[in-house]
Amino acid sequence: MQPPAEHVHWLFATGFLLLGLILIAEVAVGPEVWRRRAWRAYLWPAIAFGLGVLLWPVMVFYTNSTLHMIAHGAWAQVLMLGGAIELTLVRGKLQSKWWRLGMTSVFLVSGAAFLVHEQNSWFFQRSAFLHHLMGWTLLVSSIFPLARTIRPRSQVAATGFALMFVAVAVMLYCDRDVAPVFGHISPLAGAPHR
Amino acid sequence: MNAELVSELKTRIHLTARARIVSALGPLTVLAGVVWALVQPYRITLLHPHGETFWFLVVEPPLLVIAVGLFFYFVIAPGLLQDLEDHRAASR
Repeated sequence: MQPPAEHVHWLFATGFLLLGLILIAEVAVGPEVWRRRAWRAYLWPAIAFGLGVLLWPVMVFYTNSTLHMIAHGAWAQVLMLGGAIELTLVRGKLQSKWWRLGMTSVFLVSGAAFLVHEQNSWFFQRSAFLHHLMGWTLLVSSIFPLARTIRPRSQVAATGFALMFVAVAVMLYCDRDVAPVFGHISPLAGAPHR
Repeated sequence: MNAELVSELKTRIHLTARARIVSALGPLTVLAGVVWALVQPYRITLLHPHGETFWFLVVEPPLLVIAVGLFFYFVIAPGLLQDLEDHRAASR
């Protein structure tokens, strides 16, 4: 009854896509209009927190290696922490803008975890390629949450932050358990399927 | 032209652009899902089930993309557009 790993990636991609659309909409209308309804202000931090909670079952059930468990556990923790900090900032319990560094840590830890837990080379097969790509994308794009911390009203930082979630969603949707990437697949990867 | 009038006109154009972005996000996402389904129909296993397991029949990526677009369009966009309009009216 346990879903294949690629299905889990696609389900998380759906969450990240929704998160990306919400953040794009927030950038488009501006925080003043976005926060006119209280539930909307809590929406994206709550989804981020929820995705962090959902990563715990992934850690528990997908135990193909210790590194996978540690990586999934680290993602669960930082995503919950990042979401919780943003929720508290919206609520007004936290005031300092430097708390937003929590989301920068989400990007940094997630990127590092992707890179560390992928033991195969870029062109081993598609999921290996995407793990490397997502890892470096998250590490490099941590500049957006960092810029959002330093300049909270920056449109470029907010737009880049939002688009990164859409980019991660697209990469997660591309993931397959065993599939070639740009015509490459290692004979050690197993029989490919579409 | 009166400077105040020009300023108001600029604000209206800006708000219209904002409203267009919000209105377009859902349909564009749905369109992306439909195009994906047409380009890779084999990713919708419901169209040609051949003994797939439960998860292959439930989790269909192009349909998930379409669902996200529809959710945004019907649940989030209407209230947001209303608030944009209210904000514009209040700032007149």
